[in-house]
Amino acid sequence: MSGRRVVITGSGWITPMGHDLDSVWKRLVAGETMVGPIDRFDAATFPTSFANQVREYDWTKYVENAARHGQPGMHTAFALGAARQAWDASGLGDLDGLDRRRCGLYLGSGEGALDFNSYQKSTIASWQKELAKIDDGAWQAAAAEYIDGEYEVAQEPNEPITHIAREFGLRGPAFNCLTACAASTQAIGEACDILRRGDADVMISGGTHTMLHVLGITGFNRLTALSTRSEDPEHASRPFSRSRGGFVMGEGSGVIVLESLEHAQARGANILAEVTGYGSSADAYRITDLHPDGRGPAAAMHAAMREAGIDPRGCDAQGRPEVQYISAHGTGTQENDSIETKSVKLVFGDNAPKIPMTSIKSMMGHLICAAGAVELITCLLIMRDGVIPPTINLTDPDPDLDLDYVPNVAREASVDTCLSNSFGFGGQNDTVVVQRPRS
Amino acid sequence: MSRPVAITGIGPVTAFGLGIDPLWEGLENNETGIKPLEAYDATAWNCPFGGELPADAFAIRKLVPKHYRKATKVMCRDIELAVGGALFAVNDAGLTTAGAGEGDPTISPDRVGCHIGAGLICPDVNELGAAFVTSCDDDMTFGLDHWGREGMQHLTPLWLLKYLPNMLACHVTIVHDCQGPSNTITCWESSAPLSMAESMRVIQRGAADACLTGGVESRLNVLATLRQQCAGRIVRASASDDPATLVRPFAEDAAGTVLGEGGGILVVEAIEHARSRGATIKALISGLACTQSITDNVLTEASAESIADAITLAMNQAGLSANDIDAIVPMGLGIRGIDRAELEALRISLGERGHTLPRILLTPATGNCCAGHGAVQLAVATRAIELQRLPGEDATLNHVLVLTASQGGQNTATILSQEPGS
Repeated sequence: MSGRRVVITGSGWITPMGHDLDSVWKRLVAGETMVGPIDRFDAATFPTSFANQVREYDWTKYVENAARHGQPGMHTAFALGAARQAWDASGLGDLDGLDRRRCGLYLGSGEGALDFNSYQKSTIASWQKELAKIDDGAWQAAAAEYIDGEYEVAQEPNEPITHIAREFGLRGPAFNCLTACAASTQAIGEACDILRRGDADVMISGGTHTMLHVLGITGFNRLTALSTRSEDPEHASRPFSRSRGGFVMGEGSGVIVLESLEHAQARGANILAEVTGYGSSADAYRITDLHPDGRGPAAAMHAAMREAGIDPRGCDAQGRPEVQYISAHGTGTQENDSIETKSVKLVFGDNAPKIPMTSIKSMMGHLICAAGAVELITCLLIMRDGVIPPTINLTDPDPDLDLDYVPNVAREASVDTCLSNSFGFGGQNDTVVVQRPRS
Repeated sequence: MSRPVAITGIGPVTAFGLGIDPLWEGLENNETGIKPLEAYDATAWNCPFGGELPADAFAIRKLVPKHYRKATKVMCRDIELAVGGALFAVNDAGLTTAGAGEGDPTISPDRVGCHIGAGLICPDVNELGAAFVTSCDDDMTFGLDHWGREGMQHLTPLWLLKYLPNMLACHVTIVHDCQGPSNTITCWESSAPLSMAESMRVIQRGAADACLTGGVESRLNVLATLRQQCAGRIVRASASDDPATLVRPFAEDAAGTVLGEGGGILVVEAIEHARSRGATIKALISGLACTQSITDNVLTEASAESIADAITLAMNQAGLSANDIDAIVPMGLGIRGIDRAELEALRISLGERGHTLPRILLTPATGNCCAGHGAVQLAVATRAIELQRLPGEDATLNHVLVLTASQGGQNTATILSQEPGS
């Protein structure tokens, strides 16, 4: 690792399991899930009719002046709530003389909820059956009636950083990346690099996303990536099980405040953890598949631990593996869980089965772009409380997957170093290492 | 700046065609690529023009390696243009990647990164429509229950993968076997410079020796154009208007922009790596800074102070002052609020010189290529430095400033420089 050290001084999330850190954490430790039928649209006949949905959420409670934000997209609304929690927890808002030009943003945000209904109405109204295409002029006229322009503009992926910047007056470097399920881990890793270089003192980072709209569920159903266990949604997300059958859709946001160590120390901030390593790679293999050797995830993990100065096959002074917890990408698809397990073994060797590795997606579902950030926040809570939440629904383990997935029941453990994995459709692999702050 | 980074290859894709030569020639001749749209019948729309790539100027199946032709079936327009631009840029850089090109690779796959800016890609409404109508009853009333049961089956299984923004980089990494860090930045017109900033960071922290970087987007379809129309950014025009005068950057009577398509890919490389393989250094990236505007209207306004901050930071990185800058490639969308902010930022950061330096204006020629636009700007600035020429005249160009200010408020300032002694 070169450059400045980077620490986390605040975190927050809006999730399907709740809207504040501690209530969600309690549910995760208890092995609960709040998955249920999709009620944002009528999905009864869809191959998948259930999801982990954010409910009873009012974003206006998290901003100083809601009128300044107009009608934000749902992804932006989630991010504003998560960012407010993180910002307030960091104490930066109380700091006199904070140079907001040195405060930047790097989110991994997807799009907001696309307005399927207006698209189909405009398209059908202008459809020319004999030509099997729309009449382009008639489509515009129909769209003028059905499509809400302000709503459309608000669904852009860079809207969340724009609104967070506006809310907190942040004028530093600003990025949004969209690398599917890897996005927020990648955003956090790159935000750390910006801080290490000295290009900013504070970075708001994380991710936000909802694909809980008709086109989102349609797209993943057509890919056969979603679980279709509609008759038994509570047991549908089954990472590392023999009977795993795809992931369960979630939505929400996780945001953290990253800061250079000296900036945090100078203001006497409460340091939650240090980000010591980040690694990123591309599979460059196929658009739908991970490389069967697990080379991409392995490269990302190796790079992250190299930066952190960790020997994946070594032990610490207490005889423990140097990494004591892995937050798995663990989607519950046949391919991901198999290749992730293979790549962890490849990297950690004999240490692999000694390291607890869980997937909170078994409880919370897959928050897509936001997943990595929420999972990294979980790592902070694991280190804080010394308890590892379980992988639930692991009642029929896959005999070929033989690592310690902490099945079904949480476990007490002293954890000082965590590694968090995220792998995206399209071949991006990202890993971040966080450690208990050194005194 | 540690580990200097150079541009060694450029692959713009614009209304003038693939590569820098047709674009540069168009700029030299003061031509515009903005023409009546062919992508769809826009005669009844607010603006029937666009900077569209001519159909005969780009055929992705002919460009990709033979073994990859099948994959073109799952490429939307944005992906096609990115893959084409990357093939051109890699060839322009004289690189042989492990995935494409003749002979032994000149760079190891794990030392090549890929950062490509993209937009929120709109699905093809005709493709959707063909599926929608299967879920309608006799009086063409759509039934979501039917859609869930059967209608969606009329979309190809890989339908979603045509439209994910990160699939531009995904395909490019597969074609070239780039196994280093890869990312997709989605910040509108600033996407390409922000991607280049990330490529630089990746190279400077030692995670790669070269990166394919840039941005590409095509909003020349009904849904994407409608969104821009709703955002109040598109000029209103009739079919009888002269397309060459539609976009009037920095003019008092500027009335909006015109959409273009394309962008481009550039090869950026650690300078010592480029030198060791005997590559031509087209330009050095001597400063690249980014900031965020704070305004309540990020569609048609920007913050002059924040753009100025980016320029000042970039000049500080490069160790330059206002007098060292020789030319500017501004964004110049023709949207008055953003144009005004750009001009004011130049005055704040460069003083009076900011208003007298020569500018290369691209939007009247290419239209606004959105997430690809910054890549066109960077490619043109690189070419200008290479040729020591502005369109229409010779010039001494040691340092060229490239500016972007995106929808959403992300600003970038990039300083490209001639290699000393060249």
